[in-house]
Parts: sequence; structure tokens; C-alpha cells
Amino acid sequence: MKQPHELREASVIGTSPPRKEGVAKVTGKAVYIDDLPVAGALYGVTVRSRVARGHLRGITYHPGVPWEDFHVVTAADIPGENTIALLEKDQPCLADQRINHPEEAVVLLAHPDRELCERARRLCELHIEPLPTVFDLDESLDGEVRVWGDDNILKQFSIDKGNVAEALATAPIIVEGDYATGAQEQLYIEPQGMVALASPKHGITVWGSLQCPYYVHKALATLFGFPKERVRIIQCETGGGFGGKEEYPSMLAAHAALLAWKARRPVKMIYDRHEDMLATTKRHPSRTRIRSGHDESGKLLALDIDFRLDGGAYMTLSPVVLSRGGLHASGPYHCDHVRIRARAAATNHPPHGAFRGFGAPQSVFAIERHLDKVAAQLGIDGAELRRRNFLAPGQTMATGQVVRDEIDLPELLDRALTMSDYARKRTEFARLNAESASRGTPIRKGIGLASFMHGAGFTGSGERYLASVVAVDATPQGTVRIRASSTEIGQGKDTVFTQIAQDVLGLPSHMIEVVRPDTAEVPDSGPTVASRTVMVVGKLVQSACQELRRKLSEGGLLGESYTPTEFASACDIFHQLGGVLRVESQYQQPTGIEWDDKTYKGDAYATYAWAVYVAEVTVDLTTYETRVDRFWALQDAGKIIHPVMAAGQIEGGVAQGIGFALYEKVVWKEGRMQNAQMTNYIMPTSLDVPDILVEFDDRATRLGTPAAHGPRGAKGIGELPLDGSAPAVASAVQHATGVLCGAVPMTPEDLMQALEAAR
Amino acid sequence: MSHNLSDFVAQSVQTLPEALRLLAEPADPSLGPWRPLAGGTDLMVTLAAGTLPAGRYVDIWPLDELRGITVTDQAIELGALTTYTEIRQHAQLMTEFPLLGLAAKETGAIAIQNRGTIGGNIANASPAADTPPALLAYDAELELTSLSGVRTVAYSQFHSGYKQMDRRPGELITKVRLRRPPSDAPGRTVHYYRKVGTRAAQAISKVCLAAFARIDGARLLNIRLGLGSVAPTPLRCTRTESVLLSGPLDEALIRRAEATLAYECSPIDDVRSTSAYRRRVTLNLLRELLQQCRSDRRE
Ligand SMILES: Cc1cc2nc3c(=O)[nH]c(=O)nc-3n(C[C@H](O)[C@H](O)[C@H](O)COP(=O)(O)OP(=O)(O)OC[C@H]3O[C@@H](n4cnc5c(N)ncnc54)[C@H](O)[C@@H]3O)c2cc1C
Repeated sequence: MKQPHELREASVIGTSPPRKEGVAKVTGKAVYIDDLPVAGALYGVTVRSRVARGHLRGITYHPGVPWEDFHVVTAADIPGENTIALLEKDQPCLADQRINHPEEAVVLLAHPDRELCERARRLCELHIEPLPTVFDLDESLDGEVRVWGDDNILKQFSIDKGNVAEALATAPIIVEGDYATGAQEQLYIEPQGMVALASPKHGITVWGSLQCPYYVHKALATLFGFPKERVRIIQCETGGGFGGKEEYPSMLAAHAALLAWKARRPVKMIYDRHEDMLATTKRHPSRTRIRSGHDESGKLLALDIDFRLDGGAYMTLSPVVLSRGGLHASGPYHCDHVRIRARAAATNHPPHGAFRGFGAPQSVFAIERHLDKVAAQLGIDGAELRRRNFLAPGQTMATGQVVRDEIDLPELLDRALTMSDYARKRTEFARLNAESASRGTPIRKGIGLASFMHGAGFTGSGERYLASVVAVDATPQGTVRIRASSTEIGQGKDTVFTQIAQDVLGLPSHMIEVVRPDTAEVPDSGPTVASRTVMVVGKLVQSACQELRRKLSEGGLLGESYTPTEFASACDIFHQLGGVLRVESQYQQPTGIEWDDKTYKGDAYATYAWAVYVAEVTVDLTTYETRVDRFWALQDAGKIIHPVMAAGQIEGGVAQGIGFALYEKVVWKEGRMQNAQMTNYIMPTSLDVPDILVEFDDRATRLGTPAAHGPRGAKGIGELPLDGSAPAVASAVQHATGVLCGAVPMTPEDLMQALEAAR
Repeated sequence: MSHNLSDFVAQSVQTLPEALRLLAEPADPSLGPWRPLAGGTDLMVTLAAGTLPAGRYVDIWPLDELRGITVTDQAIELGALTTYTEIRQHAQLMTEFPLLGLAAKETGAIAIQNRGTIGGNIANASPAADTPPALLAYDAELELTSLSGVRTVAYSQFHSGYKQMDRRPGELITKVRLRRPPSDAPGRTVHYYRKVGTRAAQAISKVCLAAFARIDGARLLNIRLGLGSVAPTPLRCTRTESVLLSGPLDEALIRRAEATLAYECSPIDDVRSTSAYRRRVTLNLLRELLQQCRSDRRE
């Protein structure tokens, strides 16, 4: 009764307390993997194939280093299965006979002297008899050179709604287009690294920079043939991930662990930027062909989409990336007749993998560019065309999912148009550009937009299979400890989990401890991906905290309201009575969600975030450089737990999206990245990134019916800026120059070529 | 990390003669000759990339006699160790030779500007370096010093091929000299500098044009064009200059100059750009410069 009622009402949700993990990071106290002091550690390095495809015929260790002092590991040293277990077991941990891409790990070397390791790496020669290669995704689909399975197809599916052939045959207007997106490097600040300890007595322990402790755990248990309890994975402070530390850490952890196992000493493996860029996963390059049928008003009558991804040499996560891409391919638009054919093809590139947005940025780019093409062809403004086709509650999406989210897309669009002064600028810039063209001056201005949605949490039945668990316990002193495998990778997970717990328990922040992910200490709450940390795991944190509170109040130890001191003494008494103050909460699929993996029908995601982004650009025809001058990012992502961090995520993501749109180009040659340095792989700097205005709407809460799936109505936000930025920028470039801009990255070189082709 | 530090020897020197004596030593059979190490902003990158040749390096950074900017009646002279920051902070240099300041301002970021030197930029001999076009536009001279004496070379004659230059064994670049034009020189002056990098900052040039011109009415009295990243060396475009001086600066002359420049440069495709882009943008920059010359005509 002593807790003032108002205090409880004033929830920390929706406020922006200082970041819990922030102080250690900004004061340099946070321990990243390369900071971890390990007595007696050896350094490990990797000898890679450098040949895109072939038969491994032999290995020569040339003289020049004391080989007898080295620990050398090849496939023959693997105690269990030679695979990095993920969806399939097609990817070896160390290539044995077959080489399928140029960064394939073949030999591992360890020695106490890091420089000697380097020398030895150069003295280790692999004899590889080359085999025919495929690097182009459509050539791979043609299947002439087979590099994976029977047909090079890692995964394919189709989504069918209505009768597309018939609708296309009768539609008065048909528009066709081809769209493409490139590979993109995650460029987390901290390159990948691991430290491993291994012995028959203690099993395997790995510390590392990683997103998904239990993925690494599963991979190592399979590789060593060990029971689960003999493998322990601990996350160190992690300098960013963006999906790049979702699957590859299993590979690096496996390498470090194999060396440690052989050497019986701790082994540290840290990639430098060059090796990290060469060997780790990137965003899947994509190609999309769209044919759409319309009436004269632009209304979509039929939508036929062929979506293809380059998966690289092994399956890794390509099927799931493909799923998300396919499921976002028709955008936030209503159409009765839709066919989406989706295929992921194998090539001899290093495997492509998870990257913020996970397939959706690729397909959203295609549909958004296509709509601008339709708009240009029909002479309708792009914003108006979108308005005429928006999905509304009660309508069905391509999978037949009925829209149940509380949305009003025309209203969201109007707000974005008003914020950016879109209509006036659209006319004004067109006039200015015509004037400049007639005077022969080089400056062109443009404004463009993209509207899109992003499914929150895992795709389809993913969450049901995962069945995530969060545990919460309380010490006799009243400290509440949240145990989840969700990792802090720069996004502020510890802070939001604390806020969610505070919201339930009414305790100050310092009484909530978020336990560092360590598979010996935290249950499997799934990977830290897909914006599921707040919506799905956050919800489990919420329900576990509710359960904890119930446990204390059921025993009569806690009243309706209480002070922190009363909470602490309740915990103390509970412990003294011999009780176990620990609760677990496991994911339960909400009722009314149906999904069929085989037919791709049903509720692909429990809920979606919805957004409209607007970009304003200047193109200089002297140099063909595009500058993004201003950017508006408006989204309805449900309840925003921490507005400052959420806005930060959007701003950072827009910068990354601008990189995807204009700068970041992987230059390939025979499957190898040629520009694997930050000098030549161009990510935008702060000077290349404009003012970004971020706004959140939460219509459902405004109307008194917060979204049901996340804590307090939260959804996901992380991927939105990767989905929407590139198409908005491309749309503005089209407005400025008249060039459709159907492929990204659109570098000045590409724009020049397109303009010359259009002349 | 792909280098072996044990393959390297570095020695700091306190006086210029000491440096010159080391540089004059015959090449060691295994370690090669001594090579200068100034700010290290080029060398350290190649060290980290594992492409720096193993060997012996003389750290000349402590040599204060190679530092600083001096103004005489005839010239402004920059010691070889002058940093970009020092260039940017020198008011008179910035007024009289503004292209150098613009080049310095667009080089790397603050940390690089504090440490990178003009001598290193020249001797590194990258065709993509950003001060050489400005030095060409001002027809700079270099002073080279060895145990056998001091020699002056016109900068336009210094680079002879990709990473080839008129620097004899044992020589150190000691000075860069910019001749001050007479204050009564006829015509209006135009200084033009445009670096087209891969992004707005921390970028390597894809094309860079620096120009110094004097114009009187419709005629150019004098013009010097320095180009970066479009040939194996920084390029002084003398043929294009001759065309531009051959008549009134009208559209016909501009066209002829463009055609000449397209022939005079020889850009390539690489990881940063394409030959077609570099050539096109080079011509666009020339046009922008010449339009600036023409519009400056109103006096
Ligand atoms: C992040 C980054 C950004 C950069 N950005 C730019 C840029 O925008 N534009 C640009 O042009 N450059 C850029 N550079 C390259 C570099 O900073 C410059 O070329 C710089 O001027 C080199 O000077 P230094 O003193 O550091 O040279 P060092 O690295 O010390 O030496 C370079 C070469 O010159 C030789 N040398 C040095 N001094 C002398 C001398 N007095 N006589 C004879 N030989 C000598 C050395 O032996 C070596 O071969 C960048 C570098 C980095 C790391």
C-alpha cells in the first residue's frame, strides 16, 4: 500500500532511460573477444581454398617454419560429423575432397606466435584440380553446370492466390520489369572472433562475438558428437551483427574448438577485416521479374512475380531468407490474383546469409520499383498509385492471410506526404529540372517514396518449432535476474528487457539484472534475429515476470502494491522458507494463427509493422553522384519501448539502406570479393548521410486496442529501414533523372550508363 | 593481420645528414636499401595488408628541418614533412595557392591530415593522390637532396610511369616550391579543384582535376591542367592546354579541348570505377572549369 499508485501507472515503457549496457561500452570496460585475456592461448589461422570449385588432391607444407611446433587440423581430425549443422548438413566444417567456393576452409593452423601462423598459412599449399563453376544465378537455374544437388535449387516454393494467368490475359494494361539487388556486407564494427577451450574432461567451451549462442551450441555438439551438456557457449560483448553473426560464428567456433581439441590448449581466432569480408556471409544478391495487370486507374488486377536469390555454395539459411523474401514480394497491396514463384540457387560464391531484413529488402525493392514504373507508364503519381492499391483490414494478402492489424495505410501515407511536403516538391522539382535541362546546368532534384510492411518475428511456424524459453529468478536480496539467450549486439537488449521487467514488477532498474548469454546459465530463447527479441522474447520476459510476481503474492508475501524494500524482503523470506524463486515461460502460439509450410498459405506472420519512407535527393550530372538531402521515415511498429534507441535503430538502418542503394558494391571475380577492404568497399560516412526524420505511429494503441503479440503492443522495428530506404532513394533518383533505377547499388558509374542508354 | 614485424627494421634519425648517410648505404643483400618513412599513412596501410616489402626504413619524422612553410619574395616553400593540417592552417598559402588547401581539406580525415605529409604524397606516387593535380596546376618544383648535393626538378617532369619517378638512389624529397606569380600579371585568375571520390569523405579519387588559369576577355592567357586517377601517373595535360590557348574560348574550342583531353588521358577499369566513367567525368569537369572561366569574364 506504500507504493504510490501513480508510480505504478507511470510505466517505464515508452520512456528512454540511459542504456544499461552503455556505460561499459563508452568507458572501454566492455570486454570484446579480442580483449579477453587467455593464458597460454595459441593463435589459430585458416588456410582457404582460393579456388572456386574443384577436387582437393593434396596438401604440401613447404619448409620455412618449424612445422613440428604447429598444431595442424584437417577434416580427418573431426571427432563427430564434418558439418556445420543448421537447416541441412551440406556444408562441411573443413573441406575434405570437394571445394565449392574460394573461401572454403581446408586446413587450420595454431601456434603461440601470431606472425609465424601467418607465415605458415602462406607456406601451406593446396593442390586443387579445378571443376567447372557457376557464378551467375540464372545460369545456375539453367542447370547446365551442376554445383549443388540435382538441380542447383536450394529451395523453391510458390504462393498462389486466384488465377493469375486468366487475370493477366484480360487486364487492359500489362507492365513488366526486371529488378536486381547486389550482395551487401554487414560491416559490423567488430570483426568475428572466438576463443575455445577443449578437453576430454571438460568438454568444449567457446567465448565469442555472436548473435545466436544455441546455433553455435548445436553446431559444436554435432561436430564433436557430444551430448549437449559437454558444450558451453558464452557470448562476449559483441560489436554489431546485422545478421552477419547469425550463422558464420558456428563455423569459426568450430574451427577454434577443433584446434583447441587437438592442441589441448586454448585457441584464439580473430579475423581481420579483410578475411572477415572475404569469408563471412553477405546479403543474398537477387533478381526479380514482375508482370502486373492493371485497369486504367492503376488498380492491381494481377501480379506475377518471379523472385530469385543467389544462395552461394551451401544452403545455410537460404530457404528461410527466400521465404521471407517471397512473403514480402507483393508488398502492402491488395490484389486478387497473385503468383509468387521463389527460388534460391546455388553458385560457387561463399554462402550468402542473414542480413538485416533477411530477403525482404530484395523483394520490397522490386515491387516498389515496379510500382514506380507502372506509375510512370500510366502517368499517375507514385503516391496516388499506391494509395489506390493499399491493403485494408479484412482484406487478404497473397497467402490468404486476413489483415487483422489495426492499420490505415492511406492515413499513414498522408502523414508521410505532409511531413516531407511531397506534393509541392514533386511539382517544384519537376519544374526546376526542366529549367536546368534547358539551360544545360547539371543539378537535378528528386523526391520519391516507398511503402512497405515487415512481418515481425519468425516466419510461418518458426516460432512454434523454436518453442523459446525465458527464465527469471530472484535472489534473497531481491535482485531479479532475466535469463534469455537473446544477445546484446548494440541494439540495447539489456535495457529493453529491464524496462519490460520493471513494467511488470515496479522495481528500479538496478534491481533487474540481465544475465549474459551463456548456454550453461540461460535457457534457449531462440536466436537474436528477425526483431523477435522485443516482440517474442520480450513477451516471455513479461510473462515470466508476471509469474514471479504471482508466486510471491500467492504465498501472501507481496501485496497489490509494494516498495522495492518490501519486494526484497518478500524474496528473502521465500528463500528462507526453502522455496525456489525461479520461473520459466515458454512460447505458446497465439490462437487463430494458422500456417501451412507446404502450400505457403495462411498467417505468415502474427503481425506486421507498416511504413512509408520518403527520400529527397540531388543528382549532379557532372559526376552522376546522388546525394540524399533529406529522409523521412514514418512507421507504425506498435508500441515503442524505448523511443531514443528505436529512433537510433531507424537512423542507422537508413544509413545502411542508403549504402545498399548507392554505395556498397561487392566486386566479384571468380567467386572472390575483390574489394574486401573498407577503402574500396564504400559504406557511407556521416557526410553522405542526410538528416533523417524518424516518426513512430501506434494506431492500435491510439485507438485503445494495443497489438496483441508483443509486450504492451510492441512489434519489430529493426528491418524496416533496410526494406524501405533503397526503393525510396531509387524512386527519388527516378524523379530527378527519369532513369528507372531498377537495380541497386546504383553507383555514379551505373547512373551514367543508364543515362547514356536512355539518350 | 598478414605481416611479420620481424621482417622489418626501422631506425629514427635526428639530423638530415644522418638520414642521407643511411639512404646512401648500399643495398643489403637480404634487406635491400634503406627507404624513407615519413608520416607512415601510406606505408602502414601496406604493412597491414601484407604488401609492404620487407626491409629497412629510416624514420624521418623527427627532422624538423624538413618541416614548415616559408614565404620569400619569389616563392612559397613547403618542407617535405609539412602535413595537410599545416597546409590548411597557413593563411597566405591558402590565399595564393588555394588549390593546395582544397586538396588538403579533402584528403582522408583529420587524423590523416595531422600525420600525412606532402613529401609522402608525392613519393608514394599514386596516380590517385590528391595534391599532385594541384602541384601540377601551379607548376611546382621539387628539391631533392642526397649526400652528393641538392637538385631541383620540375614536378611536371617528376613522374615517368606507374610508381616510377625521377628520384635517384639516396635522394630524399626535401622541399616543394611554388613560384609566386607577379602581382601585376595580366588577366583574371581562376583556381579550380574538384575531387570526385567514392563518397563525400575518406575517399580515394576516381577523377580529380585541378586547374590554374588566367583569362582576359574571351581568351585564356595561360592555363595549366593537372589530373589525377586517369593515367598511370598524375597527369599534366599539355596538349589540351595548347588547344585552349589557340583561340577564343568559345564552344568550338571547348569541343576541341574535350576531344584532345579524351585522347590525352588513359583511364582504366578497376575496383573503384570504370574507364568510361573516368573519361566522361574528366570531360565534364573540364567543361565545368571552362564555363567557370567564361562566366568569370564579367568584370
Ligand atoms: C585513411 C586514409 C585516407 C587517405 N586519404 C587520402 C586522400 O584522400 N588523398 C590522398 O592523396 N592520400 C590519402 N591517403 C594516403 C596518404 O595519407 C598520403 O599519401 C600521405 O600524404 C602520405 O604521406 P606520409 O608522410 O604518411 O607517407 P609515408 O607513408 O611515410 O610514405 C609514403 C611513401 O613515400 C616515401 N617518402 C615519404 N617521404 C619521403 C621523402 N621526403 N622523400 C622521399 N620519399 C619519401 C616513403 O618511402 C613511402 O614510399 C590516405 C591514407 C589513409 C590511411
